[in-house]
Amino acid sequence: MKKLLIIAILLTTTLSFSQNKNERATIEVDGVCAMCKARIEKGAIRTKGVKSAVWSVKTHELSLIYDARKTNLDSIKSSVLAVGHDTMGLKATDEAYASLHPCCRYRDIDVIDDHKDDQDDNNNE
Amino acid sequence: MKHILYIMLCFPLVLFSQKKITGTILEANENNKSLALAGANVYWLDTSIGAVTDMDGKFSLPYEANYKKLIVSYVGFKTDTITVNSAKAIKHWLRPTSDLDAVTLTSRKQATSKSYMQSQNVFTVSSGELLKAACCNLAESFETNPSIDVNFADAVSGTRQIKMLGLTSPYILIATENIPSIRGASQAFGLSFIPGTWVESIQITKGAGSVVNGYESIAGQINTELVKPTTDNKLFVNLFGNVAGRFELNTHLNTKVSNKWSTGLYLHGNAHNQRHDVNHDNFLDMPLYSQINLMNRWQYTNLEKGWVSFINLKVLNDEKQMGELDFDPETDKLTENAWGSEIDTKRYEISSKLGYVNPEIPYQSIGVQTAFSHHVQDSYFGLNQYDITHNSLYANAIYNSIISDSRHKVKTGVSYTYDHYDEMVNLEDYGRTEHSVGAFFEYNFDNLDKLNVTAGLRVDHHNLLGNFVTPRVHARYTPWEKSAIRASFGRGKRSANIFTENQQMFATSRSINILNTGGNIYGLDPEIAWNYGVSYLQGFNLFGRKADVTFDYYKTDFKNQVVVDYENPQDISFYNLEGKSYANSFQAELNYNPFNLFDLRLAYKFYDVKTDYKSGKLEKPLVPKNRFFANASYETVAKGINNAHWKFDATFNWVSQQRFSSTASNPFQYQLPEYSPTIGTLNAQVTHVFSPKFEVYLGGENITNVRQDQPILGADDPFGANFDSTFVYGPIFGSNYYMGLRFKII
Repeated sequence: MKKLLIIAILLTTTLSFSQNKNERATIEVDGVCAMCKARIEKGAIRTKGVKSAVWSVKTHELSLIYDARKTNLDSIKSSVLAVGHDTMGLKATDEAYASLHPCCRYRDIDVIDDHKDDQDDNNNE
Repeated sequence: MKHILYIMLCFPLVLFSQKKITGTILEANENNKSLALAGANVYWLDTSIGAVTDMDGKFSLPYEANYKKLIVSYVGFKTDTITVNSAKAIKHWLRPTSDLDAVTLTSRKQATSKSYMQSQNVFTVSSGELLKAACCNLAESFETNPSIDVNFADAVSGTRQIKMLGLTSPYILIATENIPSIRGASQAFGLSFIPGTWVESIQITKGAGSVVNGYESIAGQINTELVKPTTDNKLFVNLFGNVAGRFELNTHLNTKVSNKWSTGLYLHGNAHNQRHDVNHDNFLDMPLYSQINLMNRWQYTNLEKGWVSFINLKVLNDEKQMGELDFDPETDKLTENAWGSEIDTKRYEISSKLGYVNPEIPYQSIGVQTAFSHHVQDSYFGLNQYDITHNSLYANAIYNSIISDSRHKVKTGVSYTYDHYDEMVNLEDYGRTEHSVGAFFEYNFDNLDKLNVTAGLRVDHHNLLGNFVTPRVHARYTPWEKSAIRASFGRGKRSANIFTENQQMFATSRSINILNTGGNIYGLDPEIAWNYGVSYLQGFNLFGRKADVTFDYYKTDFKNQVVVDYENPQDISFYNLEGKSYANSFQAELNYNPFNLFDLRLAYKFYDVKTDYKSGKLEKPLVPKNRFFANASYETVAKGINNAHWKFDATFNWVSQQRFSSTASNPFQYQLPEYSPTIGTLNAQVTHVFSPKFEVYLGGENITNVRQDQPILGADDPFGANFDSTFVYGPIFGSNYYMGLRFKII
């Protein structure tokens, strides 16, 4: 009985953790420039439950704060994929990728090369 | 016993949370191929914990929360320091050292930038722009900015007055680091109490502005950010001198006291002791003066816990003497021996800011600002005496957060102000106390795309102005690329400090009349105005070079105004507005970069500012209808290891005729025409940057030597009935040349 209780307690703790309404996570999202930044952040924040989404041009990391009761990382990832950006080994569909502005085609080596000095994360204009 | 077992089972979990950090080090290359760097050193700053990357460039290191700086080094590559805030995987490109020269060629930052994103019509003036006209204090910092007009307040004190949307500075909320600072007794000379070198940047908001900083702003808001101990140079020295005998010294000293505390000591001194009378009216063209101004700032930063704080102490002593050439205060003060005037100001100020950003939830923050100032001005103008002491307390607490997600931001808070005035005009006591308490709420919606709306509301209770509501709304819409259409409206309310705001009237023989008695402030009612504005910004390419154009139109409509009526040359009258008073302004501005390192700014402004005076509806005196502005700046390409280069700047200002208030009832020799002549002035400056540490500048003000010939009416008989120094439409002193140097240790 006591075992069960302890296990139950342990489980509820884990559960309540995953129910955090200010869950934080960082995922890697592919992109190259400030335009990508705007698109990735918009895609992420329009997912219901996402409170804050900040993507860094330099590190390609998308820092998220979201309500874990309303959404989860998978649905955020799919929103990011839907706007055309690859994330964590998942590939955006060709249609979504094709909708990107030519200067944002991050899979193209020449485009990456053009943006190699775009390291300023504050440049959102 | 079993319990202990379970607890023991928990431990491995705990141990797991003592994390490891992994990462990959790559070589930066032209084609962005993944070239792993094997054998690179990776270690935590100030520890012996380190690793060497393997054949795939991978490494793994123990991680603790107090490890923040990860150093990556490899022979032949630039050593990098990476700030690590959590145990996330790191992917880092090291640059070969031979690449370094190419890296230093970065894009050039505009000295004045306009936002395409914000809902308010804000532009930011950086310290780079301030260097274009190197002299000397905040009042003179707007010379290269077409949105702010700078002119002389009167012919004796040399005070510069600024205007926005055709309205004088009392209608602008002027803040220092978001604490309203130039108000009350410091209104007339306050801008000259902020030395130019202390200014890090200026944000100018046209239109009503935010509700966060109070209810007083009507035409707009100007916020000045001062230099900060952590970002300013360790040592900065600026010397300035001009041929007219004005000397200025600025020194900044900044040091880091501990990990979290930094401090800065900023000293400004200026003096002008030469007597000039180029127009031979027996009056000094510019006052004799000296100022000592000292500021000490303390900055506390604790980014892990999310705390930032500033504590500022300021002390000022300013003395001015003006009037007739042979006036000697020792023997002639308040006599008819000679007309003279002295203004002595002493001020001290203590302010603090405390900010907390939740490190876990970065969109939640709390800020508390408090400021106390004590301002004493003792002055006389001929036989008029004017003394004012103003004690002011300000407190504001702001809470920032979001509703549902970061597209919906909210700011809310409470504020408190207390102002006590001891004010003596000749022998009349006008002392009073004002205090107010208020609460505000501001909501911002940004769809991260085309629309950004800010709507704010505040409710205040003021002992003399009563209970009132201040709504303000700003919106920005972007219909197509590189454009921004903005609209705003808002209400402002304030008590007019009629004497301190109109001090130039003491240097006249006019008698002062207050025609109302029913109101709470000098018998007058509070001023209330609505401001409406629209603007359109469009960026485009012209012949392959960047350009942008802005059109804006603002309308300020007074519900009540304290009318300052100069229309009878024997009197100055203050009364509540009966009828209409408005200020309409239109501005068109073009910024263009015709070739590399050359910037051109052109602006045209049209003002229509009219008030119903007792004598009828009239244009506001000394406000020109048309203005033209041009500024050109050029930099040479930086050369050599020191990045030595030249900078050239020129600013041209032209204003159309300005209406003089009526002098029709004066004797013939003291009558002025209805309108002043037009005026065009040219300023230019050359700067030679020898190295990042040292630069020298040389400049000319009013190079074409334009001046108003007889700025003082009745200068031949200063104690007679027609003496008046307020009819100033142009420069009094002709051309003037200056030189200065800046030395800094970064």
